[in-house]
Amino acid sequence: MELSELLEIGEKAKADQKPIRLLCCTAAGCLSSNSGMVRDALSQAVKDQGQQDNIEVCSVGCMKFCGRGPLVEVAPAGVLYEMVTPETAPSIISAIAGGTSTAQKGDLNHPFFTKQMPIVLENSGIIDPESIEEYISVGGYQQLHHVLNEMNPTEVVNEITASGLRGRGGGGYPTGLKWATIAKMPPQQKYVICNADEGDPGAFMDRSVLESDPHRILEGMAIAAYAVGANHGFVYVRAEYPLAIQRLQKAIQQAKRLGLMGSQIFNSGFDFKVDIRVGAGAFVCGEETALIASVEGKRGQPRPRPPYPAQSGLWGAPTLINNVETYANIAPIIREGAAWYAGIGTEKSKGTKVFALTGQVQNTGLIEVPMGTTVRQIVEEMGGGSPGGQVKAVQTGGPSGGCIPAELLDTSVDYESLSKLGTIMGSGGMIVMDQTTSMVDVAQFYMDFCREETCGKCVPCRTGTEQMYSLLTKILKKQATLRDLETLERLCEMVRDTSLCGLGMTAPNPVLSTLHYFRQEYLELLQTDPFRDNGKVATAHQV
Amino acid sequence: MPSVTVESEKVGLSPDDKRLKQLNIVMKRNNYRQDALIEVLHKAQETFGFLEPTILDHVARSLKLPLSKVYGVATFYHLFSLKPQGKHSCVVCLGTACYVKGAGALLDKIAEDYHLHPGETTEDGLVSLMTARCIGACGIAPAAVYDGAVGGKQTAEMAIAKVKEWIAEGSG
Repeated sequence: MELSELLEIGEKAKADQKPIRLLCCTAAGCLSSNSGMVRDALSQAVKDQGQQDNIEVCSVGCMKFCGRGPLVEVAPAGVLYEMVTPETAPSIISAIAGGTSTAQKGDLNHPFFTKQMPIVLENSGIIDPESIEEYISVGGYQQLHHVLNEMNPTEVVNEITASGLRGRGGGGYPTGLKWATIAKMPPQQKYVICNADEGDPGAFMDRSVLESDPHRILEGMAIAAYAVGANHGFVYVRAEYPLAIQRLQKAIQQAKRLGLMGSQIFNSGFDFKVDIRVGAGAFVCGEETALIASVEGKRGQPRPRPPYPAQSGLWGAPTLINNVETYANIAPIIREGAAWYAGIGTEKSKGTKVFALTGQVQNTGLIEVPMGTTVRQIVEEMGGGSPGGQVKAVQTGGPSGGCIPAELLDTSVDYESLSKLGTIMGSGGMIVMDQTTSMVDVAQFYMDFCREETCGKCVPCRTGTEQMYSLLTKILKKQATLRDLETLERLCEMVRDTSLCGLGMTAPNPVLSTLHYFRQEYLELLQTDPFRDNGKVATAHQV
Repeated sequence: MPSVTVESEKVGLSPDDKRLKQLNIVMKRNNYRQDALIEVLHKAQETFGFLEPTILDHVARSLKLPLSKVYGVATFYHLFSLKPQGKHSCVVCLGTACYVKGAGALLDKIAEDYHLHPGETTEDGLVSLMTARCIGACGIAPAAVYDGAVGGKQTAEMAIAKVKEWIAEGSG
């Protein structure tokens, strides 16, 4: 494959497009609202009305506004239809010809769309994820060509370092630094892994990226492999995401067919192949050492670090592990330059972040905003606030994170500000809770999750989560006293300080965070302790 | 684990079993590599419905792994089942978004009407009820998966209607 051939494929794909394109969302959210039938109804209506030369129906990736699916957009006119049904679909075609449509019109000028800054999701909802030609037509694989022909591996690592990109899996470790560590290891077998084990309940960013733009991940991984000196990659993806797996498999086959994966890519000396590893339902496998064990076909149990995977990872070889969203950022950084990327976001958190906005909020869906956007802007302006009234808290970071109470909604979204509040950026789940949600109940929900997902290797996590869960249950049943609450707090600290891996270390976070901001809710559930406080219930200021 | 040799004699696997052939093909395609164990178990569960001890034994021998290791992996991951599953499956998502939007009520209603709890199968073997830790359909919460098809914005009535339909089909 030469660059000219690549450009030719892109040009041809563009030339083949009809003047009017009906973009029909076929990501998992809309598909389960029947978008497959909507697409078929649209195609049929185009045929019936004899518009085949003028209009084409395209299956595209996630169009972000999942709560109002199935979504159909008329391009390039820029008209959006929401909650389209197979019955209302034909009227969309009539509307293009000048008639009126019975399908509900959406508003592309809503803050939900206008406040977004698509970098990771720039192709999402625009190209057909199952067509490599379409990806090439929007400039796909050109960055890989550029890197292989015009940059040496050190330059690539330096570019990523200069961009200020940090790991999007939640930890926020500088990506360039990670790459440099592995690149510096003496030449030997090395691996790159894409962590697509998106386990946080309430998060679906990675799933959407994989379903909407799988080639971008492959391109990002290939660039990473070139930079660190690896020739073999694995994508570890959850079995709960069958559509993502299927699209990824197809993407790998297509890339192989065109010689964009395999040996001597773009006639360079660089070889690269990618295999998919499907998980089997274990949250702990999102932890990097557990993930490596799982890729090796073993029980997904973490091991103590160091040695870090960068030194000794998969089968003892230096291994680069990055999250889906991190890899999705690579191609744009190479294309636009590190300075461009470093100009977006805040001082310490660069670029954009994708969030899955869900829960008790008007507009649910996928959003990508520059770092530094406030939580209030996201929840109230873009999300439209809670349908039932006031927002009580926003949960980020899943079972490892915490809550942002309503009075702190003006916090800006970046790694440091969120950790100051006792929560974390996490992989991007953002769950809005209103006044009907009991925070103690939420804490118990997360503890139940951790209790079931603990791998059982280390004692603090295995028995600690169980004990914390039963204490929370006791509180919820109104059988607990202040002493139980004190025990719970001590236990939280102990589990946090002594667990082996991230799962245990962060498992107490939802409890600590809700205790910090909503202590009164816990106290209201307590019983009097006959042996203390002369039988009185403790009030908030006594504690 | 229960004594496997006795179990395997009881169940017995004919070497001509079509399903066994499918499984063997997958193992061969993976060059009998031990690190392909999870892939092989996925395939085994897909073809046999669940992982019976004979199958685990067969996989262990083929991949030259100790049976204890195969059993360890099969029991570690939630998606592998060592018990037979019902003809139909209803998976209720218990991700945070679904939970906040009332997935718990869905389960309560099914438990109330059919005495069916997560992880259980109806006595006639028709319906298995399971829960999932987020299927990533948070935009349309609460979600449930009926025989592999995701349904969004579920109510307790919708779930009950589906279960009723399956049971009517099975007994009719």
